[in-house]
Amino acid sequence: MELLATRARDYRPPTWLAILRGLLGPTIVVLLAVVLQRYSKSLFADEYRVWDDVLLKVGVNVILAVSLNIVNGYTGQFSIGHAGFMAVGGYTAAFLSYYGSFALWGDTMPHGGFLSCVSEPAEFVGRFADTGDAWFLLVLLAAGLAAALAGVVVGLPSIRLRGDYLAIVTLGFGEIVRVLLDSTEGTLSAEEIPEHSWASRAHYLGGPMGFFGQPFYTTHFWVWLFAGVTILTAYRLKASTFGRAFLAIRENEVAAQSIGVSTTSYKVYAFVISAFFAGIAGALYAHQLGNALAPSELCYQKSFDVIIMVVIGGMGSITGSILGAVLVTALPEWLRQPTHVWHVGLAMILVALAFSRFRVSRTVVLMALLTAALELMRFLSLHYEVNLERYRMILYALSLIAFMLLRPQGFFGVYEAWDAVRFWRLRPRGKTAAVGATP
Amino acid sequence: MDGLSVGSLYALIALGYTMVYGVLQFINFAHGDIVMIGAWLSFWICARLGWAGNDAPPSLARAAATLLFAMVVCGTLGFLIERLAYRPLRSAPRLNILITAIGMSLLLENVGQLPIVFGTENQGMPGLLPKETLLSVAGVNITLIDVLIIGCSIALMAGLNHLVYSTRLGLAMRAASFDTKTASLMGVNINRTISLAFVIGAMLAAAAGFLYAVKYTNLNQPAFPTWILLGLTAFVAAVVGGIGNIRGAMIGGVLIGLLEKFGTAYVSSSFKEVYVFSILILVLLFKPTGILGSARVEKV
Amino acid sequence: MSSPVPHDMRSSESLKFPKNWSSKPRVWDRLMSHVAARRGLAIMAVVATLAGCGESNSNTPATPGTPAAPAAPSMTPDAPKVPAAPAQGDAAKATDGTKKDDADAKGDTIKVGHYASMTGSEATFGQTTEDGVRLALEEINAAGGVRGKKLEVITYDTQSNAQGASSAVTRLITQDKVVALLGEVASTRSIAGGQVAQQLGIPMVSPSSTNPKVTQIGPMIFRVCFIDPFQGTVMAKFSSENLKLTKVAVLYDKSQAYSTGLNDFFQQAFKKLGGTITTVQTYKGGDPDFSAQLTTIRDSGAEAIYIPGYYNEIASIALQARKLGIKSPLMGGDGWESPKLMEIAGESVEGCYYSNHYAPEDERPEVKTFVEKYKAKHKGEVPGALSACGYDAAKILADAMGRAKSLSGKDIAAALAETKDFKGVSGNITIDAQRNANKSAVVLQIKGGKPIFVASVDPL
Repeated sequence: MELLATRARDYRPPTWLAILRGLLGPTIVVLLAVVLQRYSKSLFADEYRVWDDVLLKVGVNVILAVSLNIVNGYTGQFSIGHAGFMAVGGYTAAFLSYYGSFALWGDTMPHGGFLSCVSEPAEFVGRFADTGDAWFLLVLLAAGLAAALAGVVVGLPSIRLRGDYLAIVTLGFGEIVRVLLDSTEGTLSAEEIPEHSWASRAHYLGGPMGFFGQPFYTTHFWVWLFAGVTILTAYRLKASTFGRAFLAIRENEVAAQSIGVSTTSYKVYAFVISAFFAGIAGALYAHQLGNALAPSELCYQKSFDVIIMVVIGGMGSITGSILGAVLVTALPEWLRQPTHVWHVGLAMILVALAFSRFRVSRTVVLMALLTAALELMRFLSLHYEVNLERYRMILYALSLIAFMLLRPQGFFGVYEAWDAVRFWRLRPRGKTAAVGATP
Repeated sequence: MDGLSVGSLYALIALGYTMVYGVLQFINFAHGDIVMIGAWLSFWICARLGWAGNDAPPSLARAAATLLFAMVVCGTLGFLIERLAYRPLRSAPRLNILITAIGMSLLLENVGQLPIVFGTENQGMPGLLPKETLLSVAGVNITLIDVLIIGCSIALMAGLNHLVYSTRLGLAMRAASFDTKTASLMGVNINRTISLAFVIGAMLAAAAGFLYAVKYTNLNQPAFPTWILLGLTAFVAAVVGGIGNIRGAMIGGVLIGLLEKFGTAYVSSSFKEVYVFSILILVLLFKPTGILGSARVEKV
Repeated sequence: MSSPVPHDMRSSESLKFPKNWSSKPRVWDRLMSHVAARRGLAIMAVVATLAGCGESNSNTPATPGTPAAPAAPSMTPDAPKVPAAPAQGDAAKATDGTKKDDADAKGDTIKVGHYASMTGSEATFGQTTEDGVRLALEEINAAGGVRGKKLEVITYDTQSNAQGASSAVTRLITQDKVVALLGEVASTRSIAGGQVAQQLGIPMVSPSSTNPKVTQIGPMIFRVCFIDPFQGTVMAKFSSENLKLTKVAVLYDKSQAYSTGLNDFFQQAFKKLGGTITTVQTYKGGDPDFSAQLTTIRDSGAEAIYIPGYYNEIASIALQARKLGIKSPLMGGDGWESPKLMEIAGESVEGCYYSNHYAPEDERPEVKTFVEKYKAKHKGEVPGALSACGYDAAKILADAMGRAKSLSGKDIAAALAETKDFKGVSGNITIDAQRNANKSAVVLQIKGGKPIFVASVDPL
């Protein structure tokens, strides 16, 4: 009581500066998204266009990895059904944008404005609210909500299950979603749509062939806007009461319960938040040019990919998830035509050195080895005509195992890139304990 | 009858999951791929020895030799995998081992796909066993192969049962699964025991792979989803029966096999996975430890 | 680019941007320096990651002299703008094309891209198609190439997934500067890759994607095989008219668009011809066991079973059907095509029928030389339909490239569309208005472990 009274007395409304500081993150995210949208076409013109494509995929994978990190990294639960949430979101979005577009404009053509004008003649520029931009935003949010709902459904069994059992249930969820989608019929064409009611259109989701005909609204703006929002949410979550509860569950579920954390409801929350963003990622995936929104593409292998991203980066680390997403997405592309990577490797080694306060740690060795291995691969493919693509999956698997053996906590462990600053400030003097998260 | 023979295959695979889970408490995702390797190895050795082709005469001796070969090689493989990939991670969080297992599974599949190993084509397993129909009861054909599969599985499981419950090695295994630390204090060589669990699991998987190859004679290429689904279904069987429990795995396997068969025959054939995973979720919701997985002491 | 218009990009896009756009970077910089001490670092890290990614991009193209990543847009004013849409892209495409012509005036090869599943669960498809393409390439180059230059085929793996297909296509077009594409067997991946090709204005010829939706993508997408409706109808016609069947059961793969498509059209046509479908059963790719479905089919009293699936499951189905005592013939589509089917299933598929693109023992000279050359190259192996289709696709493309006015995407596509009565291995191919191949299908019967030509069914 005393404490509460003191707190009430001392309470000051947030100052303008504080409010502005709070708004800084979202502003930067929006600005970054707009900048990317504005310059991507010139930055990735012509022969760089491959990387334009890769950057979009990286963005979607960043959303997936960071959101999966909330369940797997923060809360310590193990979900391998992330692709299932993605599928729920993706199909909801495709359904709304394809059949909804018909209801709004009377055709199934794309109606993108400035923000989503990938497949739209440049002359078509209208007010935000009139174009596909506004609709696509709604579609994305609806997809997130639908996936969040699925998150509740999957989260509920976690009341009684833990660990590996939960993993299998989430896997089963993903498989069930896939089988159900397989049993739908092919997408209706524009002429056929009026003959079917809204409810019966839900039966025409493309079947095994995949959903076909949705407009390609996914651009750098949308991808990086939502990637930013996801990162920001994950970042703020980590410092909030909510996020602390997640971390407590990860560290020790019984102890968390004993200090009054309702472990069951927090686990469901974690699933819901994570699923929401996975749904949005699915929606972005569904509307990206060159992707197939087909059940076979969104099966457990996709879930495994996301897990690999999170694990390589470091479970519980946002920066790590981002790094993992970048690596896993760009690596297959890189293997098609390997280039020099020593400069990237050098940068990584420097980052690793900063972490280890300029001692040669295991991470530094790992980085050096990784760089050397990649350079060796490049050398081999150039001079001995080894077709690396053929051995891609083997390399992938080997590096995954090597990672687990040499640096099981991933690149970043539970730390973030910005923790490096704290390491810098706290130079090792005697037995200064490592500040920051617990290992 | 078909359900029974498929079920006993699942049971054989599920045993591997259960044993590893019992000792190390983790899902060995690479187990399904050991089954694949076992099946392909039996094909490979037959092709090498010139027993391939449909006109090759059925011969029990050859079948036994093939089975033995597959089991020995896979046992070695299981030992190596444990030694090189899992043992260094013994003290790491369980999740890390799980991910290593996923990596191992990817590795086995893709190495298997290389042209110098098994290639990417389907292959036909030679008919090592006669394709006779023994008798036909009420429209159900009982074939020799099915009988042999069931017999072989029962023999292997009985052997395992004996090993675990009536020998010193089995005692060590049970002790290790009950409490690793205490067991090692009591003089049980934990490393050897865990290795043994892996080797036996891999050998059973190889046997399952061989029997699978003989039953279906059409081998899908190593990275085909069949193998992964086979492993997953077997894992579900292990969970349903009560993971960590040998007898549970047997019951679970047969149950899942029968369920799958009756589901596809009487309801609809396109929702096979839905049946399997629904039964899993139901069992987990109402009896999370599985059918036989009560708090029994002799978990393995 | 023929006429380097300085900055048409900025002028066209400034419409949509606030006028004071150019002042934004300064605001940005100030913001960054202001907050750099604390939270800004987080964002800096993200930016750094992105920059690192950009950095690695810049060094990617094979041209060693390329300068570092253009950070400012002003550095690439003369880069050809990637056509944003087919409607608006016409002008850009034309310029693109002239640029390509200039480019290959320097080099002595013309590049064509091939994207195929070389690894993953459907690796065989890509590998056999690639064999056919390579054979065609050798022949074309031995005969002097196209337009006096050697043809070069660059092959990328799609990893048996759609994302791999689209990124392979993007890379082939934008980095390797191919003038045309060959690609993909599976329709899902052809659609993924085709959408990119269509948008970038490069013509694509699919060797054996039979789903109708593939060529519906747009005017740049072609194929040299027949489509699912045709194939389903062919088999219905054949079983009703040649085999005089009235009761047929269907067993199809629910997870494959190919299989569901064939099933639909077979049922439609067969019912129209007065037959009855006794039962419709489904399976899923990768299932090992079909005895439940087959038992139902056996009890339904069907005279034949139509199984439009891929050979790997067909082998299992046939073996199990015989085990269950089903003696009636099985029928299927081009997915059956593989010597492995006869090898694995042996006697079980004796007497079964399937529709296909071509018959290896056809007496036409094109087929004979193709089979001979293929056998010489592959240790006496008989080429499969996928190889034949890959071969035809490459040949037709080379033919069109030879006839085209220039090597721009538009001109090649126009030449492709004019293809008429091309003497391909898989028949006389005419490209119709929907950019599909108009040609006859053959029905084969398996006899003595070999497919034997039974009938040729003409397009309807």
